[in-house]
Amino acid sequence: MKKLSKNAKSNAVTYAIVIVFYIVMQILSGSGTLSSSLTGQLIPICVYICMAVSLNLTVGILGELSLGHAGFMSVGAFTGVIVAMSLQASVASGPIRLVLAMVVGAVMAAIVGVLVGVPVLRLRGDYLAIVTLAFGEIIKNILNNLYVAYDAEGLHIRLLTAISKSELAEGGFMIINGPQGATGITKLSTFTAGFLLMLFTLFVVLNLIQSRSGRAIMSIRDNRIAAESVGINVTKYKLMAFVVSAALAGMAGALYAMNFTGVAAKKFDFNTSILVLVFVVLGGMGNIRGSIIAAAILYVLPELLRAVNDYRMLFYAIVLIVVMLVTNNPTLKNGVNAVWTALKGVFVKTVPVPEEGGESDE
Amino acid sequence: MAFLSNLISGISLGSVYAIIALGYTMVYGIAKMLNFAHGDVIMVGAYMCFCAMNYWGLPPLAGILLAIIICTLLGIVIEKLAYKPLRAATSLAVLITAIGVSYFLQNAALLIFKADPKVFPSVVTLPNLRLFDGSLIISATSIITVIVSAIIMVALTLFVSRSKTGKAMRAVSEDKEAAQLMGINVNGTISVTFAIGSGLAAIAGVLLCSAYPTLMPTTGSMPGIKAFTAAVFGGIGSIPGAMLGGILLGVIEILGKAYISTELSDAIVFAVLIIVLLIKPTGLLGRKINEKV
Repeated sequence: MKKLSKNAKSNAVTYAIVIVFYIVMQILSGSGTLSSSLTGQLIPICVYICMAVSLNLTVGILGELSLGHAGFMSVGAFTGVIVAMSLQASVASGPIRLVLAMVVGAVMAAIVGVLVGVPVLRLRGDYLAIVTLAFGEIIKNILNNLYVAYDAEGLHIRLLTAISKSELAEGGFMIINGPQGATGITKLSTFTAGFLLMLFTLFVVLNLIQSRSGRAIMSIRDNRIAAESVGINVTKYKLMAFVVSAALAGMAGALYAMNFTGVAAKKFDFNTSILVLVFVVLGGMGNIRGSIIAAAILYVLPELLRAVNDYRMLFYAIVLIVVMLVTNNPTLKNGVNAVWTALKGVFVKTVPVPEEGGESDE
Repeated sequence: MAFLSNLISGISLGSVYAIIALGYTMVYGIAKMLNFAHGDVIMVGAYMCFCAMNYWGLPPLAGILLAIIICTLLGIVIEKLAYKPLRAATSLAVLITAIGVSYFLQNAALLIFKADPKVFPSVVTLPNLRLFDGSLIISATSIITVIVSAIIMVALTLFVSRSKTGKAMRAVSEDKEAAQLMGINVNGTISVTFAIGSGLAAIAGVLLCSAYPTLMPTTGSMPGIKAFTAAVFGGIGSIPGAMLGGILLGVIEILGKAYISTELSDAIVFAVLIIVLLIKPTGLLGRKINEKV
């Protein structure tokens, strides 16, 4: 048997985690052990895992802080809804419509990604972060005032002025109605679709990271000027990472929207972007597997804290602060490590290892 | 006349943004961190003033004073508990912690004050100013807001440029280690910065809610984001930049609402920000930093 490379092994573990998660959840929900509220969370969990993995490409691998990832999600979501609802009559099969919606959603998000990325990526650091935030807000604001309807003549798209039912031809219907968002969506998303999307996202991101382009992207993160001086086209690779990340977010957004009967633009606000960023940072920047695990756990955490209903978001905030302090403060980190080692010592007899210098930093 | 009236309400709103932006920019200048919880300190200040006036029957001035004291203490406590342990950590780690603090404040407020919006009674009880036979009406709140902001800006500029503490603040923001070697108490200076920023946030909260009287646990977040934008707009880390950025942002927002589109006013504000940053990548008054390998 051919020996697997280190990367291939690590990839296999990552895929295995997702596959095991899928199988276990299928069995649990099939046997009715899973509470109904948790079953309802399965598709959003898949979506947020994809969001976290795709954002990790921008934040962890490219090293640029993006605060507007939910903007791309919303572009994908709304485009997806428009596609799925307009094709309702011509394409009968639900899964095919879902795939079409996701693909067009991804393409549209990628186009917006290029439009945003070209100006944004010229900036650095915190300035870049604030401009992504600004773009996220602009996208939300525009989608909040978008009116789309469909009838025999095709699509009617208008900004700011509402479309009334009487303007439409016989059998026409509203798709997006301004601040109310899209309503009357046929639920097409399934947990299996979410699972396949996760595999696809992982496949794209992992392959990109481990390719020549991926190494170029990481070299820009580690030292932009050095990368530039060895002939790496900084703008091209930055844009590549940014657009791929946007497209994947758009795809996840389309799946997300198709999981509900209605979806409004305000769902994809700054807080959603931040939520995904929290997953990425807590999972470890640039660590794809970490993003998956953090997204799954943190998304379910408020659900699990339902026992303390009113206090759950407060707990969530405290958990977030404590985790950040423990993982980033050298004194606390060493303290936790010491306790951990002591605990391990109780159960496992270990041969004491001589203290190594400089272990605490990174 | 309508233009003048819009311009004045724009300047008034902009002054509030400027006061909030000062908090962002000072903390950024000195601790190199984006304090995302700043917007929620505004909300806490407004609630304190609201409670003092509505439940405890205190006069408005006492309410404002109480809000300032509570917020100042809150700022110091937040800095000591959440940010100080992360002095050596990456800026992103601090950013996420700040977001955690922001969630904490919002949800604590949600538990204490519940989600239903409170109607904030204006702290300004003076009659509105009528000019040109009533064709131009300026609300007293706007006038007081602009005056208070102007006083704060002048006082802060003098404080930072003349006082010893202000000098220490400038030194720490320039070079933390060198400042420490010169005998400056760096941690103390950072605490003072947070205290001033949070105290200003309390004033901003009271002024904001006097003009826009709905008070909810999320009241602080949008003005917080806008003020943060204003700070970046003017060049983050620069005190005059924050003032200029704040006022310009307020004027653009109100004029955009009046003459272009009410619904798209936020989009207009952010679009202007993007255009400015593309032309001047470090903001209006920001310093250009050369990178070295």
